[in-house]
Amino acid sequence: MIPELGHFALILALLLAATQAWFGLAGASRGNVAWMRAAQTAVAGQWVFLLVAFGLLVWSFIQFDFSVRYVAMTSNSLLPLFYRISAAWGGHEGSLLMWGTMLGTWSVAVAALSRSMPLPFKSRVLGVLGLVSVGFLMFTLFTSNPFDRLVPAAADGNDLNPLLQDFALAIHPPMLYLGYVGFSVAFAFACATLIEGRLDVDWARWARPWTLAAWLCLTIGITLGSWWAYYELGWGGYWFWDPVENASFMPWLMGTALIHSLAVTEKRGLFKSWTLLLAVSCFSLSLLGTFLVRSGVLVSVHAFATDPARGLFILGFLVAVVGGALALYTWRAPALKSEAGFELLSREAFLLFNNALLIAATGLILIGTLYPLFMDAFELGKISVGPPYFGVAFLIPMVPLVLLMSVGMHASWKRSRIGPLQNLLLGLFAAAVVAALLVTKFVYGEVHFMGVVGFTVAFWLIASTLVEPIQRWGAWRTLPAGFWGMTLAHFGIGLFALGVTGVESYRIERDISLGVGETTTLQGYDFRFEGTREVRGPNYQAVEGTVVITRDGRPVTTLRPQKRYYASGGNPMTEAGIRASLRRDLFVALGEDLGAGKWSMRVQYKPLIRNIWLGALLMALGALIAASDRRYRQPVRAAVPKAAGRMAREGAR
Amino acid sequence: MKRNLRFLIPAALFAALVGFLFFGLYNDPREIPSPLIGKPAPSFSLESLANPSRRVGTTDYQGRPYVVNVWGTWCPECRREHEVLLSIARTRAVPIVGLNWKDDRALAQRWLKELGDPYDAVAFDPEGQAAIDWGVYGAPETFLVSADGTIVHKLIGPMTWSIWQEEFLPLINSPGGRS
Repeated sequence: MIPELGHFALILALLLAATQAWFGLAGASRGNVAWMRAAQTAVAGQWVFLLVAFGLLVWSFIQFDFSVRYVAMTSNSLLPLFYRISAAWGGHEGSLLMWGTMLGTWSVAVAALSRSMPLPFKSRVLGVLGLVSVGFLMFTLFTSNPFDRLVPAAADGNDLNPLLQDFALAIHPPMLYLGYVGFSVAFAFACATLIEGRLDVDWARWARPWTLAAWLCLTIGITLGSWWAYYELGWGGYWFWDPVENASFMPWLMGTALIHSLAVTEKRGLFKSWTLLLAVSCFSLSLLGTFLVRSGVLVSVHAFATDPARGLFILGFLVAVVGGALALYTWRAPALKSEAGFELLSREAFLLFNNALLIAATGLILIGTLYPLFMDAFELGKISVGPPYFGVAFLIPMVPLVLLMSVGMHASWKRSRIGPLQNLLLGLFAAAVVAALLVTKFVYGEVHFMGVVGFTVAFWLIASTLVEPIQRWGAWRTLPAGFWGMTLAHFGIGLFALGVTGVESYRIERDISLGVGETTTLQGYDFRFEGTREVRGPNYQAVEGTVVITRDGRPVTTLRPQKRYYASGGNPMTEAGIRASLRRDLFVALGEDLGAGKWSMRVQYKPLIRNIWLGALLMALGALIAASDRRYRQPVRAAVPKAAGRMAREGAR
Repeated sequence: MKRNLRFLIPAALFAALVGFLFFGLYNDPREIPSPLIGKPAPSFSLESLANPSRRVGTTDYQGRPYVVNVWGTWCPECRREHEVLLSIARTRAVPIVGLNWKDDRALAQRWLKELGDPYDAVAFDPEGQAAIDWGVYGAPETFLVSADGTIVHKLIGPMTWSIWQEEFLPLINSPGGRS
């Protein structure tokens, strides 16, 4: 009965989404206030029924209802409660329902928090969100209903993929989806602007906090995924340029470009059509990511269930949503003109370079991801594009981007004036080069070209972000939250660059076999293998190794890497033993029992790797602070000088 | 008017992208015959999975038909076909050469220990060099190479007993296969 109620709630949510789309869009174009208000009610109703549906799905998992096909496929009777709940989004059907629920949540938040917006604009935004929701809920109901029954019911379930039985991966998809779906808000703002043919830039102000919020979630989601891959896959890598990872990274890059472009549009009224296009593209890439993951067009290690019928449905949806928005853009954008100009070294110009480089990076990743498909289509054979391509292709735009960031942050609007900071920044650059040379020479013992470049870029950026906070320390209360958010996020990028440089240039990996009592030495650390023992978990058995690490005879730590064998079968899972610190990680993963007490294992020394995730978290925190800036909460009229003109124009309509 | 044409660029790019995606959807890699069929099998010589100091290569099998099976422990379909491969190996019709693709040596060794080893020898290809030469799109893939070193058949996706009997065995038993 419970699953049927869930199914029913999902159908009601779909109907309400259609209501929301109709009343939102038609109400606004007819100027019917009652309809526009009805759209807002529909948003709330849709959200409630989505929550009910999602809650009932989770309930089916908690209750071990193996008569539901999806539950039987992704959980079993030994699965602990926490993972039974997270199993609700551990497979295809549940992920989609979660996608829909999050879209409903964002919609309701927009409806509740956007009081300063004119009603017609707001209801168009909600109408567009309603259309997106209709598409997604139809996709869920028609091709991937999580409430389908299994007749006869299974005695026990298949189990959640053991790879997904992990805390970081339990919350990685929700954060990722929150981010993906969150870009739908900026998308809806852009569409509403295009539908209305608005020439002003108010939408940019309204869209900024929403975009930041979505970007923040996406950043955390990607970071969690990367962290998980590091300690769970047992290879010690943090990024694999896997098509599914790329699918999440492309909207992130585009979203980063959007955040910056929105700033220019809002502050200076420039890049109007460009920003609209970015807002559309950003969500389009999120949908494209969904398509790539769910259709099986690209083969990937993230082997989720794939199905051509689903692929065709998403492709149709993609065409309707993105094609529709781009058609609107083609129609309306030519009317948008930027009145103001700017000089070559103004902040606008730096932000333009930022956009160009971020789009270049996105494009290179998109090409790399879809390259096998292009080659296949032109019958040029099949090839695989791997990390070597991405590693190089990504660095080409990124190094200049980070260099420009160090300067661009201090540039003033409109005019070429870095101001009094010019000499200071040059001095800091020289200091960064020297510091990079010293660090590579004396800390890591090898002056490596990319190592020096990487450290220089990172040090310069970190120093550059600190300049203004230090200079204006006394008056920090007067500085807006937006400034602190920006500074923190850029500082985070500095740490990120530091981490990537450390790992890529100076990591040491060794695959060896060790018998009990044998020792291997890595970068001055002695790893002594003390043997293994059996450990029992709730739904797995594990072999746990003990590796004692000492340095110059002094104990550093004891690592206990595991190999887990889940009761449901499948490949053994690696739980690496990691000693983490900001300076370096020591990593041991158990390989294979070679007999006679000997084990093959992977021992790694990963300098600065924590900074990658710490940097990413600071970026997210920066976005949070910037989104909380007070001026986004003020009524529009108070802060926009052009408001009088706009209102007069609206009055004349 | 010309000025406005540039606003069409995004829509045009998107249309092209959709075209490719549509193509990707309908041209299931499983249905495309490999361009390598009828051509000489690309040679490889890689470390043996079991023993890094030994090498496994195409030259070991010159003059007799053999099967190359691309697999990895990360591939769920490979697990599904493993039973079939074991049964095929028991018939001793042809040697099966494993190409362990983009995998972890330790994981792969454990896999064979646990599930049984149908392979005459397994080449270890963590970087996927040989797999690129062989046009491997995903795992599992299975190639049949005739005695004269020509690829005569390719299967994308898991092997089943009926595919083996209907598609592979006739080719092996045909004069061309044995020649």
